[in-house]
Amino acid sequence: MTLDPAERRSALELMKLSRAVDRYAVGLQRQGVFGTFGEARGQEATLVGAAMALDPAVDWMVPQYRELPALVHHGVPLELLFLLYRYLPAGFTVPTGVNALCNQVSLAAQLPHAVGLAWGLALQKKPGVVLAFVGDGGSSEGDFFEACNLAGVTGAPVVVVVQNNGWAISTPTSRQTRASRIADRASGFGIAGRTVDGNDLDAVHEAVLDAVERARSGGGATLVECLTYRAGAHNTNDDPSRYRDPDEHAERERDDPIERLEGVLRAEGAWNDEREREYTASVRARLDAALDWALAQPEPGADGVFDHVYKNPPARLERQRREQLSGGRE
Amino acid sequence: MTTMTILEAVRSALAHEMRRDETVMVLGEDVGRLGGVFRATAGLIDEFGGDRVVDMPIAEGAIVGAALGLALSGLRPVAELQFLGFGAQAFHQITQQVARYRYRSQGRFAPALTIRAPFGGGVRTPEMHSDALEALYAHTPGLKVVAPATPGDAKGLLLAAIRDDDPVMVLEPLKGYRLVKGEVPDGEHLVDLGHIRLARQGTHVTLVAWSSAVQLCERAARELEAEGISAAVVDLRSIVPLDVEGLVEAVVATGRCVVVHEAPLTSGFGAEVVSTVQEEAFYDLEAPIVRVTAPDTPYPVPGVEEFFLPDVDRVKRAVRRTVGVAE
Repeated sequence: MTLDPAERRSALELMKLSRAVDRYAVGLQRQGVFGTFGEARGQEATLVGAAMALDPAVDWMVPQYRELPALVHHGVPLELLFLLYRYLPAGFTVPTGVNALCNQVSLAAQLPHAVGLAWGLALQKKPGVVLAFVGDGGSSEGDFFEACNLAGVTGAPVVVVVQNNGWAISTPTSRQTRASRIADRASGFGIAGRTVDGNDLDAVHEAVLDAVERARSGGGATLVECLTYRAGAHNTNDDPSRYRDPDEHAERERDDPIERLEGVLRAEGAWNDEREREYTASVRARLDAALDWALAQPEPGADGVFDHVYKNPPARLERQRREQLSGGRE
Repeated sequence: MTTMTILEAVRSALAHEMRRDETVMVLGEDVGRLGGVFRATAGLIDEFGGDRVVDMPIAEGAIVGAALGLALSGLRPVAELQFLGFGAQAFHQITQQVARYRYRSQGRFAPALTIRAPFGGGVRTPEMHSDALEALYAHTPGLKVVAPATPGDAKGLLLAAIRDDDPVMVLEPLKGYRLVKGEVPDGEHLVDLGHIRLARQGTHVTLVAWSSAVQLCERAARELEAEGISAAVVDLRSIVPLDVEGLVEAVVATGRCVVVHEAPLTSGFGAEVVSTVQEEAFYDLEAPIVRVTAPDTPYPVPGVEEFFLPDVDRVKRAVRRTVGVAE
């Protein structure tokens, strides 16, 4: 099933929102308001196309850490993600009712969780498919292989989306694998696999939806590799000029997923300059409001260290909390 | 009460809990048809079926990582690591994922799961099977770590661990699996985490141990009695949470302390015990606290493990030194 015009227009808006967040957040990081930030720039079609294949009411999203527009689509409030980039503990939660796990710093470590979650839902006859994101770099981790293999063995309703964006910090995909296609590994796990143009919203959506429907109908797991491009740096600490060829970069950057989709929508009459102006203004207001909210949230102080480590904390840990708060030794 | 081995106690605890709570499931290597390489899960697949007693691919990271996901789906998994040494291949999932998920998600996602693993030496295993690695996990905030020494505690601590909403590692004494027998209460029997057990009364010195080293200390204490030395034996049982109050009280009662463990000396959990006791009760101590441990070497091949593991003579010598009896 393809996206209808209204869906494609909201996809474009979400992709543009993501691009605006990237600019905004990098600026705030440079001012010291936000901590380290990694742009999704260039990967918006993969992220939004995949997210739109899920039913947020029952399906789960398991991110790595470069999936902001996908998480927003799935129901994670943008302002909460801004609190995350202030690096305060409360920014790392996922609101009750939103079916998404936390951002994951350890590459591919989320994949066994995704498979276990999907398998557990199936065992309990609960509805829901689990979609997990990972990158081409993460696909070299042992957890990737262990999780995909377990997905095959259990028949868990899970979709693993590999965002093959060409780079793992400074290491090109050619140094991750000799294989031309990461999705080719699927046959070794006994699951379905497919590689798509990750800068084509419709292609991504169609492939991921197909995988989600296969999982939902009991057909098991799929590995979907989306070929895209990390147009930005790895994150705000990175300096791509040390490893990226400028000409090659310029060439790759020209294939921009937002321009591609926008061109189609403009030709169809679904997008125009007036809409662009209106949307740009509304995004600016939305970002400012999210930032205001995030900046207004109280800092938890030392309790932010101790809260939620255990449900029933050991007595000696509670003593450490009291000593930290009082500055004295008991 | 029924007399059981530790293995039988573990099995009865798993069966009891799986009957009581249908969300409890067991997953690990060879836990199904075989019943585990030690038979700790023998018969469970017949009673509870292959969806609740699951033979897993040999991938410890996926066993623990999937258990976390299963827990988030609403189940209460009990993952078995065939040997604690194999946990190295799940170390990142245990220490960076299971232990931290509650904190990371600020309470939204709290994987209540239990990881069982046998450990300890003296049974002539191949490499990696015997290492006492409890300190690595005790050094991981977010985890609880228990190490029973008796059949009663093996059942009681396992039941408490499964019902605990925090992740718990239950480290079972490999050597004691079939060797140690004891009375186990029938039916419900929970041992709260975080309480020492006074395994033996004594007045001159307090031996502190956990897991298989408890029986070693009890044997040393019996032999020392003939020399006129009265040694108490404290079984820590729970490493995290540590029963600071109970431990300190038991040491202060005699004023002398010897800590015994199978792990190497440096940064072993004994260092934590000694440090804690001296911080809390320095002026009640009559003598420096002594540790009897394995040396700072890799766990050796079986042909020489008797030179690695603490033995009764070394414990007795340490006690004599502590109480001031000339050799």
